[in-house]
Amino acid sequence: MRRAIRFTVNGRPVEVDAEPGRLLLWVLRSDLGLTGTKYGCGERECGACTVLVDGRPVFSCRQRVGSVEGREVMTAEGVASPDGTLHPVQEALVEHGGLQCGFCTPGMVMRAVGFLRRNPDPTREDIARGMETNLCRCGTYNRIVDAVEQAARQLRAQEDRP
Amino acid sequence: MTTRRDFLRISGMGIVVLYTMDIRELMARRTFQFRDYPKDFNAYLRIGEDGRVAFFTGKIEMGQGVYTSLPQMLAEELDVPLSSVDPILGDTDLCPWDMGTFGSMSTRFFGPPMRQAAAEAKAVLKDLAAERLGVPPDRLGTRDGVVYDVADPAVSVTYAELARGQRIERVVRGEVSRDEPTGYTVSGVATERQDGRAKVTGQARYAADIRLDGMLSARILRPPAHGSRLRDADTTRAASVEGVRVVRDGDLVAVLHRHPDVAQEALGMVTATWDPPAEGPGSSNIFEYLEGNLPEARVVSEAGSLSAGRAASETVRESTFRANYMAHAPMEPHAALASVDGQGATIWASTQNPFTLRREAAEILGCPEEDVRVITPFVGGGFGGKTENDQAHEAVRLSRAVGAPVQVAWTREEEFFYDSFRPATIVHVASGVDHAGRLVFWDYRNLHGGNRSSDPVYAIPHHRVTSAGGWGGSGPRYHPLRVGAWRGPGANVNHFAIESQVDIMAEVAGRDPLSFRLEHAKDERVRGVLRAAADLFGEEWRAGPSGRGHGVASGADAGTVVAAMAEVDVDRKTGAVRVLRVVCAQDMGEVINPEGARMQMEGGLIQGLGYALREEIHFDRGAIIERNFDRYELPRFSWLPSIEVTIVDNPALGPQGGGEPSVTMVGAVLANAIHDAIGKRMHELPMTPERVLAALA
Ligand code: FES
Ligand code: FES
Repeated sequence: MRRAIRFTVNGRPVEVDAEPGRLLLWVLRSDLGLTGTKYGCGERECGACTVLVDGRPVFSCRQRVGSVEGREVMTAEGVASPDGTLHPVQEALVEHGGLQCGFCTPGMVMRAVGFLRRNPDPTREDIARGMETNLCRCGTYNRIVDAVEQAARQLRAQEDRP
Repeated sequence: MTTRRDFLRISGMGIVVLYTMDIRELMARRTFQFRDYPKDFNAYLRIGEDGRVAFFTGKIEMGQGVYTSLPQMLAEELDVPLSSVDPILGDTDLCPWDMGTFGSMSTRFFGPPMRQAAAEAKAVLKDLAAERLGVPPDRLGTRDGVVYDVADPAVSVTYAELARGQRIERVVRGEVSRDEPTGYTVSGVATERQDGRAKVTGQARYAADIRLDGMLSARILRPPAHGSRLRDADTTRAASVEGVRVVRDGDLVAVLHRHPDVAQEALGMVTATWDPPAEGPGSSNIFEYLEGNLPEARVVSEAGSLSAGRAASETVRESTFRANYMAHAPMEPHAALASVDGQGATIWASTQNPFTLRREAAEILGCPEEDVRVITPFVGGGFGGKTENDQAHEAVRLSRAVGAPVQVAWTREEEFFYDSFRPATIVHVASGVDHAGRLVFWDYRNLHGGNRSSDPVYAIPHHRVTSAGGWGGSGPRYHPLRVGAWRGPGANVNHFAIESQVDIMAEVAGRDPLSFRLEHAKDERVRGVLRAAADLFGEEWRAGPSGRGHGVASGADAGTVVAAMAEVDVDRKTGAVRVLRVVCAQDMGEVINPEGARMQMEGGLIQGLGYALREEIHFDRGAIIERNFDRYELPRFSWLPSIEVTIVDNPALGPQGGGEPSVTMVGAVLANAIHDAIGKRMHELPMTPERVLAALA
């Protein structure tokens, strides 16, 4: 049955009138107009739809919107600071050329941000393993690993600052 | 709707450079077919009253970086900062006609006339400045959007000031001479992608991201196999879902709703019965089928005589190489939004050829092409697959039917099902070396794959190369599945076959594969890339198989010459190939954005791992077996070898195609590396663990 479902997206409270069984990906893209999150396969096979729910990466293409009720969703649109300063992951991806067509990029950003929260000091192998669920047809993996490595360093340096 | 003429009128202030691009002449060297040429003037660039430069191109950005490299070329030529250029891509109302973005031709063919346009604009600016400053034009220089007196740089005027209150149109005739390619400051300099920020923040719009008031998303009833016919469909249950509309337009049965997922669910309520397709081949007998179904062969290149070559050979080796169908599988499935009204249509589409789509849509609607506007947002990967625009045709038909804007965004399953696959290919090759170990004989026949890069980069006195069918022309008719251009079309398989055979001959001659190639290389460019790759690879080369898993390959594609080396590790128990290292050297003439060029090279090498090792479409009588990434395996993070690339500088040549050559090396270089590792020759792409095990058995 359709009902009001409340959660927050990128720090902003939202309410959608939807069947709880609908998939978060489409609620984000269609009901809320947040098209930064992409559809690539619909089957947890590509990671293009990755968003954070309470800080953890999930495949929004298989996540029911009812399950995020009262929780915090973050999408690629909400990662940069409100003043427009890019998150270190975003900045490093641009700097290292870790994107070409850019279609996998929002998912990569979210996967990496979520990964670094729990793995602040990863090796290159850790990064590759942590990002394994996300596909890039343009073949930018090497540069994404470079970028995530740099972002990790930068985030640690920020932490260390008093 | 704004037509391009209106646009020029409303944007009239400033300096507009138009051109009649001599596409005929530019393209005379190519084999593509053209139905229409630009009939009117098309704008290239406009220097506005604010000094910003609007730059119009019918090219589209699908990852290859023209959003950065073309503005870079323009900024360089015009002496303005890159940040003042506003690129407008793939909008058929605003941009000059273009045949499409494929074949590594953007900078190669679009670059030169664009530079002419910029030179023309600069000449206008100098004339205006000469009058304004009272300085003869030949004493004027340009820099950073300013014209100044060389004798006294303080005497200067900005482009913006010059453009103010002007309404000047110039036509490119190619008579203005341009500066020589020296002292580049913008072009030829590594530059960050201009679209990077939009893409990492989720702001970059792709076709499925465009939203219009009142738009509906469509999900379309699909057959279980190609060739099945719809007998009947019951849509009553679907139609009863709140907000759903059902459209039946001949064979097109669609369910539409404001939200795509609701439409999808309603589509699931449609019950349909289908007639099965007629008997046809499947994966198990495709090569027999293709051998027995041959178009006429054409000679690609020929010299000496095959019988003399055979006679001169001390040892002749004959091989057959095969490649299976494979998919483009861009991360963005085909998508389009069409808004059809009484006046015509506006279509946003993920397409590599917006002007072709304009014509196709006009045909569907029975209206003049001018009444259709195609706008191309960012394209999420194409690789040749988005030269087919079926999704946009469907959106046009559905929008016409419901009288509202309609989005058709294919599912991954539809994307696989309707893809135009890289054609399955057979190559027969016989070649011979003489008593001195010289390659003297080469008889090469490509069946069904296409002739691109089929002519080896080696000097062989007696040779003939023929090609029958392929992905273009009438070739596709002979395939049981839809086929098309896949990044470096034809070249991937040709390089795999040629370079495998060259390795076989090197071994026969008792030579190491690098010096054998260097000795037979046609020209200095080929030797140049081989040496550059060898320097980077830094290993001694020995006659194969050495057991170390080292491979080399070289070739030419899209005007570029390329060489690659690789190191692999083969698991003899599972047959799995682990690629440890790939290096690649490319001579692509003048390089506009070295960083962008390296990205393309690396991307090609990583993408190529897929067709070399895993990617394969199986089918059975019109049914496609791989319909999602669970079965169709793309390269992923864990496959990542160490990748090193280098560009051999050759600015005198002019820019050549850079987006495709590296990918065409991967099958070849891995086949040779696998042979070096296990002493077994792989004859079929992809080189899956099963095939490696079979070779080992
Ligand atoms: S769209 Fe969700 S994993 Fe591919
Ligand atoms: S950048 Fe194109 S899919 Fe990753």
